[in-house]
Amino acid sequence: MNTEILSIIIIFIASVITAYPLGRYISRVFKGEKTFLDFFAPLENFIFRIAKINPDKEMDWKENMKAMLTINFIWFLWAMLILSLQNLLFWNPDNIAAMEPTQAFHTAVSFMTNTNLQHYSGETGASYLSQLLVFCFLQFVSAGTGIAVVALLFKGLSNKSGSNLGNFYNLMLKSCTRILLPLAIVLAVILLINGTPMTFKGAEQIITLQGDTVNVARGPVAPMVAIKQLGTNGGGFFGPNSAHPFENPNFISNIADIISIIIIPVAMVSALGFYLNRMKFAKIILSVMVVGFSGLVIPSIYYEMNGNPEIEKMDISQPLGSMEGKEVRFGPASSALWGIATTCTSNGSVNSMLDSSTPVSGLMQMLGMQLNAFFGGVGVGFINKFTFIILAIFISGLMVGRTPEFLGKKIEAKEVKLAIIVALMHPLIILGGTAIASHIWSVTPNAGEFLKWLNNPSHHGFSEMFYEFSSSAANNGSGFEGLGDNTPFWNIGTGIAMLLGRFVPVIGPIAIAGFLSQKKYTPESSGSLKIDSGIFGVVLLSVVVILGALLFFPGLALGPISEFFSLTH
Amino acid sequence: MFKNLKQSLILTVFTIMLFGLIYPLFIFAVAQLMPDRSIGSPVTVNGKTIGFENIGQSFTDEKYFMGRPSAVGYNAASAGGSNKGPSNPDYLAEVQARIDTFIFHNPDVRKEDIPSEMVTASGSGLDPHISPQGACIQISRIAKKRNLNTDQLKELIRNNTEEPLLGLFGMKRVNVLKLNIALDKLK
Repeated sequence: MNTEILSIIIIFIASVITAYPLGRYISRVFKGEKTFLDFFAPLENFIFRIAKINPDKEMDWKENMKAMLTINFIWFLWAMLILSLQNLLFWNPDNIAAMEPTQAFHTAVSFMTNTNLQHYSGETGASYLSQLLVFCFLQFVSAGTGIAVVALLFKGLSNKSGSNLGNFYNLMLKSCTRILLPLAIVLAVILLINGTPMTFKGAEQIITLQGDTVNVARGPVAPMVAIKQLGTNGGGFFGPNSAHPFENPNFISNIADIISIIIIPVAMVSALGFYLNRMKFAKIILSVMVVGFSGLVIPSIYYEMNGNPEIEKMDISQPLGSMEGKEVRFGPASSALWGIATTCTSNGSVNSMLDSSTPVSGLMQMLGMQLNAFFGGVGVGFINKFTFIILAIFISGLMVGRTPEFLGKKIEAKEVKLAIIVALMHPLIILGGTAIASHIWSVTPNAGEFLKWLNNPSHHGFSEMFYEFSSSAANNGSGFEGLGDNTPFWNIGTGIAMLLGRFVPVIGPIAIAGFLSQKKYTPESSGSLKIDSGIFGVVLLSVVVILGALLFFPGLALGPISEFFSLTH
Repeated sequence: MFKNLKQSLILTVFTIMLFGLIYPLFIFAVAQLMPDRSIGSPVTVNGKTIGFENIGQSFTDEKYFMGRPSAVGYNAASAGGSNKGPSNPDYLAEVQARIDTFIFHNPDVRKEDIPSEMVTASGSGLDPHISPQGACIQISRIAKKRNLNTDQLKELIRNNTEEPLLGLFGMKRVNVLKLNIALDKLK
């Protein structure tokens, strides 16, 4: 038991430590400084020359956002095209059918927005061609997009004057080639060594030891799993994601996967410190994130290891803990760690079925996505945090009666208004979406038979819908997968939620960075608010927790909290 | 706008080739260096592939050690978990039924000796492992079915128990398929 807890502490500390040098490296990539991967430069320059892109031409926030939206739109069309025609194309040894239009729309949006919510099951719903040319590709470039926009943000914050934030195309491509690709190759090789398949052979029919005939699905799994872990994507090759023994064969691959989930989001914070030369500020932000993360993960581990009280009542011993939906090779502690890591970082891959978690774990997983401020996705995670930082600075400014300032720039009405719109968009999507879904459920006569949405009754059924919209808005992609979600309502509804949840929190903060960049720089004085103090960290954490608690507590009370009290302890 | 479109289009074509083709093919090349060429670690008995090391299979025959319940009946072409919540009454009834079935197959076993993984479904539906405890409680049934003595079987389980990495990472576990292959070899 105790070795389990010790092992997850070691895994967590290892990820935070490895993230530190990675942050320094990322900061060098953003600044265009020399790195040891400069041998990619000729290839990148060749691509830029053919595309007639001048990578050194800096653009303001509007031009950069236009570029981002244009290329994302092309990716969306590409994904729609391949998914709708996959039955006719090559690399389809298992003869998988085309996706129907609402499912293709949902899947295309899902992978473009770095959400990777899946309303299909990999082994039956996607050909090898789609897996590689759509999913593997989009998992790189959607993560690259997130990293590129945070680079634009850093530039805006470091500018003393001027409106140029850098070049989106340049940053996007380099984020993929210099940051994601090398890490993905390392992880993919680790996975291969541990037994993850990488083959273009189709499913194999075997006769088992006791004589049953079984088809075993496999495919080009390793490269896709590597990037889905690193790019906070989470779109698995197989339906059960990293619970599947081919995606995650043993505890070594499990450790490598967990570290891969959090390493880039954590590194982004230290990259901020190196980029702005404000390591102390970065440490405050990191401490807030670690405290928040621990607050979510500790209760989850405790309750998973304690097991399900209802099963206890049946006189069954639970030496391992709650095992429904979990794999013996991982056990409940590291499954709980993964569950919180994946929801806090907007990754969304799973190594256990979250729908079967104990209520407190379900609560913590939902909070991870709803607060969306502890680590967060690659790049976009820090962007979300930035919105909260602006609000925290504004609130502390009000409390001490000073003009709020951030890094020598005045924060004024325009920035605060934008930050509030962005901060409120997230709960609006989640609560609005869940309200509509619950309404439809409640007015449909005989909803259980007719709609076939919910796999569980009562509070837990509500949680399934609440979770789905939280996951969409946070661009997470995990699910309480019991939800029967491959229907036009869920495909289109969560599709829209993902689009809003992706682009509003990107464009808003980049606009703020653009505005701040142009403002007059006044050096910090004794009258400025000290953002690299512990007190600011406390204010920041309070803003996140109070806003989150006020907005989401009623919903959580109907779902996991009620379920917790309905179990007999 | 038009300029953006053209630039984006060309950049897209190259990134698709780079990350959708060249990267996976590079990993595919590395995969050829692995002992089984990364086709999933097949297990062969008498020259025939009877399974994959990490993919659990269904054992319903009483003469074999049984694995965990599976929400998909160990269908490795469409894997998945039950996704049942911990308070769902149907689910709890199902667990009760699994306990009764287990006791039916293993009448000598007391309920409180059954570890929870033997009556709960795994996340993938293909969990290849059970805990050593889950295997030990099946010894008396198998000993009767196969006319073996229990010490032999205890020894077999001990030899097939995988320890946590460095005594720290992971759980003690038994791969049911490997255990049953070894069991078939016992005379």
